[in-house]
Amino acid sequence: MQEILFFVLAAVAVLSALGMLLNKNPVYSVLLLIVTLFSIAGLYVLLNASFIAAVHLIVYAGAIMVLFLFVIMLLDIRADVEHINLKRLSRILALLATFIFLGETFLIIWMSLKGKAAFVGLGEGILGDVPSVGELLFTKYLLPFEIASVLLLVAIVGAIILAKRKLRPEPPAA
Amino acid sequence: MPLTYYLVLGAILFSLGVLGVLTRRNAIIIFLSIELMLNAVNLTFVALSNHVQNLDGQVFVFFVMIVAAAEVAVGLALIVAIFRLKETVYVDEINLMKW
Repeated sequence: MQEILFFVLAAVAVLSALGMLLNKNPVYSVLLLIVTLFSIAGLYVLLNASFIAAVHLIVYAGAIMVLFLFVIMLLDIRADVEHINLKRLSRILALLATFIFLGETFLIIWMSLKGKAAFVGLGEGILGDVPSVGELLFTKYLLPFEIASVLLLVAIVGAIILAKRKLRPEPPAA
Repeated sequence: MPLTYYLVLGAILFSLGVLGVLTRRNAIIIFLSIELMLNAVNLTFVALSNHVQNLDGQVFVFFVMIVAAAEVAVGLALIVAIFRLKETVYVDEINLMKW
């Protein structure tokens, strides 16, 4: 069972990474990389690292890739894009995604009613769940953790200054 | 699951990222390839952490993610600034520093 899951996830990851490289439209490249990231999250679950899997999905698929999409759409790069009409297909896919989400919600409710935790690793070995990794972060790695927050602050300030419209201050009015 | 499988998968994904950085001209795709490489390394970290029964590797993955987020924020801001200046994101047309 685990081997089958591993090979399916690995194949999906490699194929969508290849598609990301070969695609001409940057929007499709970002979406294909999200598929790769999702299968890597599945591999983390197989490796019993549920905390890393959750953070990986939230930070990468949820934040970083959305940032990429924002920039692509902001810059409006359309030099080598072929327009494909996906209206009907996208509607079917949206319906499918909604029903999958509904089913997941029911599954989580059902599992919590039965008293089973919804977030468990599939593999064997050391368990990287939220309490154990969190404890390590706030004891042994407390200083790097705090430095990381400073690094993020510097990145935010730097990004705002770089992306501001005027790089040079205006000359004072005479 | 043997550790080798995960290491081989990480190597393949990393090489695909290298291929993307070396072959593509679009700066955004190059950034995506860098993300792919970081993720390949993260996968290797978690696989080895599971293998040696030590959670330190997973904490390192956490820090790699933080650095990746900071890098993406600054990098994309740079791309936006260069696009304003040169109206392009293709790296072979950006030759400000070439003399």
